[in-house]
Amino acid sequence: MFVVLAVLIMLSSLATVMTKSIVRAATYLLFVLLGTAGLYFLMGYTFLGSVQVMVYAGGIIVLYVFSILLTEGAKDESFKRKAKDASWGFLLSLVGFVAFLSVVLTHQFKSEVLGGPSESASAVTTISSIGHGMLSSGEGGYLLPFEAVSVLLLACIVGALIIARKR
Amino acid sequence: MFDFSIITNWLHDFLMGTCGFAEWGAILTESVLVALAIITLYAVFAIALIYMERKVCAAFQCRLGPMRVGKWGLLQVFSDVFKMLTKEIISMRQSDLFLHNLAPFLVVTASMVTFSCLPWNMGAHIIDFNVGVFFFLAISSIGVVGILLAGWSSNNKYSLIGAMRSGAQIISYELSIGMTMLAMICLTGTMSFSEICQDQYVNGWNIVRGHVPAVIAFLIYLVAGNAECNRGPFDLPECESELTAGYHTEYSGMHFGYYYLAEYLNLFICAGMASTIFLGGWAPLHIYGLEGFNGVMDLVPGAVWFLGKTFFVVFLLMWLRWTFPRLRIDQILSLEWKYLIPFSMVNLVLMALCVAMGWHF
Repeated sequence: MFVVLAVLIMLSSLATVMTKSIVRAATYLLFVLLGTAGLYFLMGYTFLGSVQVMVYAGGIIVLYVFSILLTEGAKDESFKRKAKDASWGFLLSLVGFVAFLSVVLTHQFKSEVLGGPSESASAVTTISSIGHGMLSSGEGGYLLPFEAVSVLLLACIVGALIIARKR
Repeated sequence: MFDFSIITNWLHDFLMGTCGFAEWGAILTESVLVALAIITLYAVFAIALIYMERKVCAAFQCRLGPMRVGKWGLLQVFSDVFKMLTKEIISMRQSDLFLHNLAPFLVVTASMVTFSCLPWNMGAHIIDFNVGVFFFLAISSIGVVGILLAGWSSNNKYSLIGAMRSGAQIISYELSIGMTMLAMICLTGTMSFSEICQDQYVNGWNIVRGHVPAVIAFLIYLVAGNAECNRGPFDLPECESELTAGYHTEYSGMHFGYYYLAEYLNLFICAGMASTIFLGGWAPLHIYGLEGFNGVMDLVPGAVWFLGKTFFVVFLLMWLRWTFPRLRIDQILSLEWKYLIPFSMVNLVLMALCVAMGWHF
């Protein structure tokens, strides 16, 4: 099952960067994100999988498609690729790949210490434990990041209102 | 109360024991069987709902509805289905064919996955996660992408406008659906559909248990759910007087049929969710203190209760649809953002207060 999802993710992410039409790229990106959600479901972490589907598939992709529709429309077919741009892109992605690989290979993962998640979904994280973790201020609690994110979102709303208000 | 898990357990044992399947083989066979059952139910309910819509619509307009094909027009929908299946699927030049063909499948897949979240009977939950309600909301938001892609890939400005309207409307009304569901989760204390139903089987239906805030939430849910299905007074994305048929103008044959299916099944899913969360799902009607009455009610299978409640809510939604005239797009958006969201937020606080103070039954 993992192999199916991994192949889906890889092929769609390749298609995302290879395609010329920007709306198609957004659609392939949707499949990448859904595949990632599938990985979370495979690990038995249904909450994170649902969040992935809701935020990325339902939110971000819709936002992308909306902004594409509102700005460019159908006239986005051909933006020219120069050879120089391609080589720069190749170089940058190579650097990124090496950095990623070095981190993956050298990092001491906690799963090796703790045993790691199993595919059989034996230990299901319940929504109430997530809620308690989110609002506890003690050790391992996430109250401060939670509040910081809510302040950030409030700032976003106020900013959007200022941009969109009638003068 | 009849427990459906007896049948599923029997099937599992039968496959494992008598047929000698391995564990994975048995699970694979069961998954295929369940998928077949879902697809069959999906088609059957679509046919039933289309017939019901025509008859209800006719009744509200003082007409008879379909009468010619079969007794009381019963075979009309079947012949329509065959007509749809035999039609040619037209592929157009100047449009993105890949996305154009993909879009109906996105819509119908999202609708089918949400369809399988519904609790049919005690022990007959197909997708039953610990975060069930949240999963339901998440999956239902994929359908919007399909609608937007359909509008864009048709290369037709009416389709595009229809898709944009639909997208704006669905995204907006999702918020108040989420808020009302959150209020009810606050009451039940769980997000899993099976536990929500079990809780209502033991403690009584949520709409009775939660009294005032639950009734407010139910009304808001009905309005928002109607808008979410692009129906009723909110069918702006496909209003034929302005946009021919909105985002599915350019579709033909079965690709159009998928949108048609998904529209009716979304209505059914919306009503099914209302009956699960507010009206008890498969939980029978219990009146506190009347043990004999409760015993008789327990004899009726849960699936009958669930379908009865769901078709009752479907009838309410059809009533709404054929009674009110269509709104304008700015009226729709201001109804959501200026009225429903503030009301549902206040309602959420009210429900939290009720639960915290123990004011519910």
